[in-house]
Amino acid sequence: MTRFSFWDLALKALNAHQDWGHQWRKPDPKPEYDVIIIGAGGHGLATAYYLACEHGITNVAVLEKGWLGGGNTGRNTTIVRSNYLWEESEALYDHAMDLWQDLSQELNYNVMYSARGVMMLAHTVHDIQVFKRHVHANRLAGVQNEWLSAEEAKEFCPPLNIGRNIRYPVLGAALQRKGGVARHDAVAWGYARGADRRGVDIIQNCAVTGIRRHADGSIAGVETSRGFIGAKKVGVVAAGHTSVVMDMAGVRMPLESNPLQALVSEPVKPCFPCVVMSNTVHAYISQSDKGELVIGAGTDQYVSYSQTGGLQITTHTVDAICELFPMFRRMRMLRNWGGIVDVTPDRSPIIGKTPVPGLYVNCGWGTGGFKATPGSGHVFAHTIARDEPHPVNAPFTLDRFRTGRLIDEAAAAAVAH
Amino acid sequence: MTLSFRTSKGGRIDRAKSVKFIFDGKTLVGQAGDTLASALLANGIHLVGRSFKYHRPRGILTAGSEEPNALVGVAKSAAAAAAGQSVPNLRATQVEIHEGMVIVSQNRWPSLGFDIGAVNDRLSPLFVAGFYYKTFMWPKSFWNRVYEPFIRAAAGLGKAPTAPDPDRYANRYAHCDVLVAGSGPAGLAAALTATRSGARVILAYEQGEPGGSLLHDVGAQIDGRPAAEWVSAVIAELAGNDRVTLLPRTTVFGYFNQNFIGLAERVTDHLADPDPSLPRERLWQVRARQVVLATGAIERPLVFPENDRPGVMMAEAGRIYANRFGVLPGRAIAVATSCDSAWRAAFDIKALGGNVVAILDMRTDVDPALKEKARAHSIRVETGCTVTGVKGTKRIEGVRLGRISGDTVSSAGSLACDCLLMSGGWTPNVSLHSQARGKLDWHADKGAFLPGDPVQAQRSAGSCRGIDGLAQVLADGARAGAEAAQAATGNAVDVPAFSASGSEVSSGWWLGAVPHDRDASRVRAFVDFQNDVTAKDVKLAVREGMHSIEHIKRYTTTGMATDQGRLSNMNALSIASTALANEIPQVGLTTFRQPYTPVTFGTLATTSRGDLFDPVRRTAIHDWAAAQGAAFEDVSLWKRAWYFPKSGEDMHAAVLRECRTVRESVGIFDASTLGKIEVVGPDAAEFLERIYTNPWKKLGIGRLRYGLMLNEAGFIMDDGVVGRIAEDRFHVTTTTGGAPRVLAHMEDYLQTEWADLKVWLTSTTEQWAVIAVQGPKAREAIAPLVDDIDLSTEAMPHMSVRQGHVMGGIPCRLFRMSFTGEAGYEINVPPSRARQVWDAVFANVERLGGCAYGTETMHVLRAEKGYIIVGQETDGTVTPDDVGMSWAIGKNKPDFVGKRSLARPDLMATGRKQLVGLLTKDGKALLEEGAQVTAEADPAPRTPALGHVTSSYMSAAAGRPIALAMIANGRARHGETLHVPMPNGAIAVEVVPPLFVDPEGSRLNA
Repeated sequence: MTRFSFWDLALKALNAHQDWGHQWRKPDPKPEYDVIIIGAGGHGLATAYYLACEHGITNVAVLEKGWLGGGNTGRNTTIVRSNYLWEESEALYDHAMDLWQDLSQELNYNVMYSARGVMMLAHTVHDIQVFKRHVHANRLAGVQNEWLSAEEAKEFCPPLNIGRNIRYPVLGAALQRKGGVARHDAVAWGYARGADRRGVDIIQNCAVTGIRRHADGSIAGVETSRGFIGAKKVGVVAAGHTSVVMDMAGVRMPLESNPLQALVSEPVKPCFPCVVMSNTVHAYISQSDKGELVIGAGTDQYVSYSQTGGLQITTHTVDAICELFPMFRRMRMLRNWGGIVDVTPDRSPIIGKTPVPGLYVNCGWGTGGFKATPGSGHVFAHTIARDEPHPVNAPFTLDRFRTGRLIDEAAAAAVAH
Repeated sequence: MTLSFRTSKGGRIDRAKSVKFIFDGKTLVGQAGDTLASALLANGIHLVGRSFKYHRPRGILTAGSEEPNALVGVAKSAAAAAAGQSVPNLRATQVEIHEGMVIVSQNRWPSLGFDIGAVNDRLSPLFVAGFYYKTFMWPKSFWNRVYEPFIRAAAGLGKAPTAPDPDRYANRYAHCDVLVAGSGPAGLAAALTATRSGARVILAYEQGEPGGSLLHDVGAQIDGRPAAEWVSAVIAELAGNDRVTLLPRTTVFGYFNQNFIGLAERVTDHLADPDPSLPRERLWQVRARQVVLATGAIERPLVFPENDRPGVMMAEAGRIYANRFGVLPGRAIAVATSCDSAWRAAFDIKALGGNVVAILDMRTDVDPALKEKARAHSIRVETGCTVTGVKGTKRIEGVRLGRISGDTVSSAGSLACDCLLMSGGWTPNVSLHSQARGKLDWHADKGAFLPGDPVQAQRSAGSCRGIDGLAQVLADGARAGAEAAQAATGNAVDVPAFSASGSEVSSGWWLGAVPHDRDASRVRAFVDFQNDVTAKDVKLAVREGMHSIEHIKRYTTTGMATDQGRLSNMNALSIASTALANEIPQVGLTTFRQPYTPVTFGTLATTSRGDLFDPVRRTAIHDWAAAQGAAFEDVSLWKRAWYFPKSGEDMHAAVLRECRTVRESVGIFDASTLGKIEVVGPDAAEFLERIYTNPWKKLGIGRLRYGLMLNEAGFIMDDGVVGRIAEDRFHVTTTTGGAPRVLAHMEDYLQTEWADLKVWLTSTTEQWAVIAVQGPKAREAIAPLVDDIDLSTEAMPHMSVRQGHVMGGIPCRLFRMSFTGEAGYEINVPPSRARQVWDAVFANVERLGGCAYGTETMHVLRAEKGYIIVGQETDGTVTPDDVGMSWAIGKNKPDFVGKRSLARPDLMATGRKQLVGLLTKDGKALLEEGAQVTAEADPAPRTPALGHVTSSYMSAAAGRPIALAMIANGRARHGETLHVPMPNGAIAVEVVPPLFVDPEGSRLNA
């Protein structure tokens, strides 16, 4: 497989691009693998990639019931940031942030990580307390995050309405400058290509229908729509459908699945320089390289596996955007879609071993998994390869819901008196 | 420029009424009834925009909402354009012109004719599908600084408006028996049939004028009269029926679950001077019992080299412009087709005096009747002939012809023309059926996906389900209307029969790339016009391993433009299936997403702006506080008085004064925003016993107790004082922000877990206004106003509640309680009387040297006493013991929400963060809330902090700053020195008990 570069592109252009090969193969499943990853989303593909290139485990299959990158990897609003509150989360997301910096070069695939800055707006006294707590905690942990006054926020993002005339005036903001966006499909494709060239079999249109275990309870392999495939170890990375897959191994997961919607506007010339998030008014927004305003919201209230969300969620999101950026009221929504997010009781992921020997799980990323893709795959590969967690994911156990050692990122968003 | 492209007669425009508008700075004239596209064509203008990627010159391709090329920026007037209130990316084919409208072309600089960005077209050998994933990676720093800004500047289409939108948008909810989408023959027949059965009908259609294809099918007759006349008669009948709602200029954009339909109505954009009372657009949210989709079919382009040049147009669009708008799309018009319907365009244009130079049909077995008709019109006909390219860039000058022989094509010379009408047949418009989660079935004989069985209560009718021929479409519409009406109303329905003539059935179609004799690797045949995706790009994607149609879509961006692939998807799919050597249904379609066509943000947001964005909740005392000059803070939906500055005071000074006043004499505080829930029923005490950590069964009538509520995880969720009003009746209070959450939590348990308990919950937040009077002179302030309650401490001790009256008969619940550490009362009265009571109490307070205070002072006073605020000291990770409240847990209770979780190892572990007080060593520095607390003044990076500052205030009573904090193992650290590292140095603090005033609590019982 060739290395992508401008020169390669120019060379191939001479023969009208007839000479490009597959970015990944279309292999038939082998009878047995050392490791099977269930779910060819960004996290699963990254796991396979790091298994191959950091742990030398190349006899790996990634099984995908649909098309690779077709779940939440291809449906999210592509935001990358790491300014989380708790030490455990800071370490996890900043680990990913470190990997983002060189990911295009590492994968030889332009994932278009763009450090445009992620700015989170404070609208109430309580918001200020919470965000300042984040800023102080992040500073001690070496995670970039800074406090801006409303005027400084406006300077960083000129379209922002900081007038007192809006329902919840902007009182300030927390800014992570190296936060930003990346091209979601490219992340999946880049990891897929990288894993494939190192020998990983990515098998699409192959649904897992059962998990077979040895008499001693350990993993024997998986039943699939293409027959039984043996495996010494199985890693489940199936996002919203993780609980269904884990149930096949008799493991009940503390997950709920909710629809989460996003939308884009028609493309326009550059008019929005960064990413802005507001938890208080429930909206976030950035502008893609293509020129579309990319907008997301909170989850639908009801648990569901349906990717169709309610119109009221969309309208509420758009009214929040128009409140903060009143010039966008005349813009138009081009596409609106939903995904299914898997949410844990403490809103932090589960990455680690399970009660079943040889079975590992990486799930519960809720609304925030994309940003963690490289770090998540990296530490999960470590966990599978060594049968013990990487120090970064050690706290993110399944067991924490029994012990009570929660990592509650949603907690800090509690509403005050 | 003359309007020399107008026909001498015909069309539905108002020839007597000229309309002046500005296009790229030039004043042009159209006629009333013109769309922008028809008016531009009448002026001989085809070139109206530049494509997304290659900045290729593009012309008007269609006459409908599927237009991918002719996107423009539109402002209502020159003034609106100057004020930055334009709308980008509108389709010229949908914009109805009015006097003074200002239009700009897009994605070009400096001008439409000469665009620097067109250099991308020169680089197109490099800029193939997905090229950007393979390059721009070196040097690394160039991505953010050079490459990405360049890509962004070249991308995008129009320019976003720069000024706030002055227009209003409205919102309507509606119910109906039958919603009909589309007003072509099928839609009208369906609506008419349903209406006659007595059903309540909504008929929504995209354009200003109903009728769809009947408006330009000039030869068609229905029930013996011209089709357009029939349309008028049907619309008149529908409009005269008060059970029918006609919605012109309305797009059915979203089909949600349970037949919930979103519609966007464009109300005033087509008017030069609209009634200012009208909104610009209106969102309709309709719950329809039954839906009839009559959304027609969309003509498919032919994918031949250079098929994107201005002057190339869809055949039916050419027919529409000629018949409906009286515009000839060129002076020498050729027709390239693989189906019969395009021949009609040639005949109609010829009949209007246009010059049709040839009909080029790819087929060899064309209906002899068509050939005969062409001969009668003296039109040259070439069969087995295709177009293999065009001459001209900003406007075609001619086409290259190819002779098809089996799989090969040989050159057949060229043909001069300035307009080429093309048709690859028709794609049934199944978007809404698919949005409604209906499956699609592949019909190889028709080369089309047609609606399969619907999942929701909807049915398709007419050409959107592959029915062809006017009589057949009318009959299908009537059938669908009857079925829908019967299903919705249960009434028996007569199905009318329509007779139709003069509109022939069309056959023939072509999918995918058209064969040609040119170097396939060098020429470009466009599949997706707006996003510049060529047949080669689709094949390249397949070559690179993109075998899912979703991968092909995302890698090439085909179908991702603002037309959402309406013209391109079937051709892309066909080319992909050929490249994959797989059947079309196995390759599959990409998902149809809402909205059907783009919907204005303002229309979705409707009236939710400013104060209506979220309802503003104001207490009965709000206006008084505002008149006093109070500053307010937002707390959930409420506006709460934050502090009451006297002239010259800043917040700091005002709060110090208010605090001092309360401790020295008396203060009055509006506590009305606290959530209130009346818990009633024989099992009320048992219910509270399970919901709260505290015991309730032995609480005496007339007594109060502070209640602590946990979530299932064992962490503090809410708190509040609860009073027992009667054996079976409790007055529960919650935090302001927590009120809805707590009620939902209680109802959840009551309805799902403890359905056997006889308890009823009623939110009474709005039924009681709460006037808190706190301070040593509190009793003195209220005593003169209380009618029938003994206020002595003996009769009414701290933590008790009495029902009675104030001010001569105003009913009240009087609480003796304190959130300040001072003796105090909370007077609950009906909000309608609250202001009267407040004024009287305030007069007494003022007379006693007291004052009104706001939430900030309330926060300081409670912090001085170490009382927590849920959400400030707690953050969802805090147990009762963590904040020193083990006393609030009923030790002998068998169970309560969160009890089991409290026994989890980590919740009982040592070293948990605990509530403490902090005093800065220098006695002056005010700590920042949220600041971290560490053991070392200068901790090594990534050293976990011991905790953080939760509350920090200047305390008048303590005479120094005080703070509360959650610190690991905090209660064991009293007396220790810790550090609060700030960017400019650490602040040394001493850990102390979280109690700064009146440690014995003697003031409470005064």
